[in-house]
Amino acid sequence: MEKVNKKKAIDFLINNGVIIVMFILVIYTGLTTDNFFTSNNLLNTLMNMSSRLVIALGIAGCVITAGCDLSAGRMIGFGGCIAGVLLQRIDYSNKFFPNMEPMNVFVVALIVMAICGLFGTVTGFFIAYLSVPPFIATLAMMEIVYGINLIFTNATPLGGYVSEYTSVASGKFLGISYLIWIAIIVSAITWFIFNMTRHGKYMYAIGGNPQAAEVAGVPVKKTMILIYMKAAAMYGLAGFMLGAKAGGASVALGLGYEMEAIAACTIGGVSVTGGRGKVSSAIIGVAVFELLKVALQYLGMDANSQYIAIGVVIFVAISLDIRKYIAKK
Amino acid sequence: MGDYKLELKNISKSFPGVKALDHVQLSLRPGTVHALMGENGAGKSTLMKCLFGIYKMDEGEVYLDGQKIEINNPDEAMAHGIAMVHQELQPVPARSVAENLYLGRFPTRNFGPLKMIDHKKMYAETERWLKEVKMDFDPKAQLGSLSIGQMQSVEIAKAVSQQAKVVIFDEPTSSLSDNEVEALFRIMNDLRDKGVAMVYISHKMDEIKRIADDITIMRDGTYVGTWSAAEMSTDQIIAKMVGRELTNVYPPRGNEPGEVVMEVKDLCSIHEKSFQHVSFTLRKGEILGFGGLVGAQRTELMEGLFGIRGVASGEVYVRGQKVKIKHPIDAMNAGIGLITEDRRGNGIFGCLSIKDNVGVSVYNKYLQGGFILDHKKINQVVDESIQKLRIKTPSMKEHISNLSGGNQQKVIVSRWLANDPDVLIMDEPTRGIDVGAKHEIYEIMNELARQGKAIIMISSEMSELLGMSDRVYVMCNGKMTGEIKEAEEMTQAGVMAYATQF
Repeated sequence: MEKVNKKKAIDFLINNGVIIVMFILVIYTGLTTDNFFTSNNLLNTLMNMSSRLVIALGIAGCVITAGCDLSAGRMIGFGGCIAGVLLQRIDYSNKFFPNMEPMNVFVVALIVMAICGLFGTVTGFFIAYLSVPPFIATLAMMEIVYGINLIFTNATPLGGYVSEYTSVASGKFLGISYLIWIAIIVSAITWFIFNMTRHGKYMYAIGGNPQAAEVAGVPVKKTMILIYMKAAAMYGLAGFMLGAKAGGASVALGLGYEMEAIAACTIGGVSVTGGRGKVSSAIIGVAVFELLKVALQYLGMDANSQYIAIGVVIFVAISLDIRKYIAKK
Repeated sequence: MGDYKLELKNISKSFPGVKALDHVQLSLRPGTVHALMGENGAGKSTLMKCLFGIYKMDEGEVYLDGQKIEINNPDEAMAHGIAMVHQELQPVPARSVAENLYLGRFPTRNFGPLKMIDHKKMYAETERWLKEVKMDFDPKAQLGSLSIGQMQSVEIAKAVSQQAKVVIFDEPTSSLSDNEVEALFRIMNDLRDKGVAMVYISHKMDEIKRIADDITIMRDGTYVGTWSAAEMSTDQIIAKMVGRELTNVYPPRGNEPGEVVMEVKDLCSIHEKSFQHVSFTLRKGEILGFGGLVGAQRTELMEGLFGIRGVASGEVYVRGQKVKIKHPIDAMNAGIGLITEDRRGNGIFGCLSIKDNVGVSVYNKYLQGGFILDHKKINQVVDESIQKLRIKTPSMKEHISNLSGGNQQKVIVSRWLANDPDVLIMDEPTRGIDVGAKHEIYEIMNELARQGKAIIMISSEMSELLGMSDRVYVMCNGKMTGEIKEAEEMTQAGVMAYATQF
């Protein structure tokens, strides 16, 4: 019995190794540096996390069905730019649509999500109906979206946003930035979709065993399209959020974010082999990722070395994640 | 005893819950074809896999030329001159014939300090070996572009090139045309003249009579006996293969089938070699058996009926209504359910809970306000089926992969019961399940039939087929070869006669 308990304890430590190490790192950083455990720093980190979480929750759906989405980063840039051109001040000298009145911020967010969602639907169509592997389909969409964005914006950076837009990041409700509220609401909605709707259950079934899903009468194709559509809409929203925070946007916005989001999901426990993963996995993964970045910064590690540290964490985290399922054979 | 090329003695092998081989023996004389026969599941392939080192035998000895040898993996088997032509070929279709032939042992030449693959030699040698088996196609041809028969001759050429002294043929003719079978037999006769000992696994009686010198028969993982092929008639072989008494493991049912609930007319697959021109009827409260050998296309037929496989022509009527089934959802809407043969492959969702495994087909039915899942109702339904089917599990949240095969099967049955179909197709419902759970599955089937559901059962286990079915259709090579209605005709020999027609 004692042996079993010991084995269980070791398994627990290994399976949650990355999170435990991260926890220790955070405490160590907090104890050895000033200003780390301050509400300001915490809110700042949460704000950074918010858009990343929206991306990760979108991509999580793709990863749970044993897919991925390489177009996320470019979709974010596209979303950020669309929001930007619609929300520039009328008196801004470099205005993209010189004589257009800036639109309602809320409406713009919906427009961005709708446009990106449309592109996601196209990706989903190729994956579901033409059996193009997600890796390739989203790679193609990544290139297309980037090209469209370059032509559309002429590759010029956007700025001069109306205050209503920038206050999405700077404004607060109950002392917490709207960005964080958006992330909370998106998490809640995603949790609801994953757990309380057919669509969510179908998604897990397809990820778990696509052949069995087909036999069990799951509308596999429709579900796949919906997943990529939903994900793309969320990338658009994230682009909108990032634009608000930065007060500007360019075609380069979001570059590489898809990789970080996939890595974050996996660190949190969304299995790349499909069928496993929760909203909490994405939250934990993004938190680990952002805390790692901040802690390393506070500890004075130079920016270039941080990339190496992040790479190592991904290696270790994913090896440990895979180990959980391989050991069971 | 020295005149045997290869002897297997007292081989035993167990899988969890099943004793697959129980002290089996096999002795091969050099320069002979030794037929290994038995029903599906008798343990023939398992025995050969033990010999070839794919499975590790629990006990038993292998003697080659009187010397005791140990074989732990296929490499060692090949080093001893034992080669296997697999039931399912496992080549690399995207690469050339020569590369497949020399896979893992490419001829090399030195290029300074480097070893380079000697393509010239490889192609020349391949050509020579292909000639050896009377084949002449381009060694550079992509393997995938060849017919199955040609691919098989590549496998045989590979065996010959390895100077194999023992060659195992595991159902080599199951997907060959007549001409290809002739070519295979010519090669086998050549090998026989060269003193090679061959094991030949096949169900086809006429082939056995033509090619085999000796016959060893197995039944339920045990050794029945070895005879000279010349002294056995086909009937005697069948009798020895099925030989056991029908024990009373099948619970009595006692209900009369009612009106016709489903009718299938002239159903043809889009694939020429699959099911063709199949017609049958199914009645309410009936258990309709589908018999046949492996490769009879029964599974393909049912999957075609359920919308998983392509159907070129034919009509399906359910309760008198003509239905068009293009997708499993159409089949489910027509009131058909399918429990597939390959539980792991397309039955269970291993990483999901029992609840999700049951719920996946019925989430449509339990919704609040049109789209929110009614978890309370679903829990109730799942809980009820766990109780009713006596699924042994601590809770419905348990991952299905943690259950035994029998309990997994019961979960799949629950999935379809929750869906309440009129017609339930069960493809090998008791495969890989221990005896106790088998009995429970039988009882569930009987109960469903009493409730008026119509059940189609594909079974390769002869006693199960005869013990459970009200009526039996037999298929062979994609065609319906017989219908057995009368109790006195329902014998194993009767089914076998239809099943080996082509």
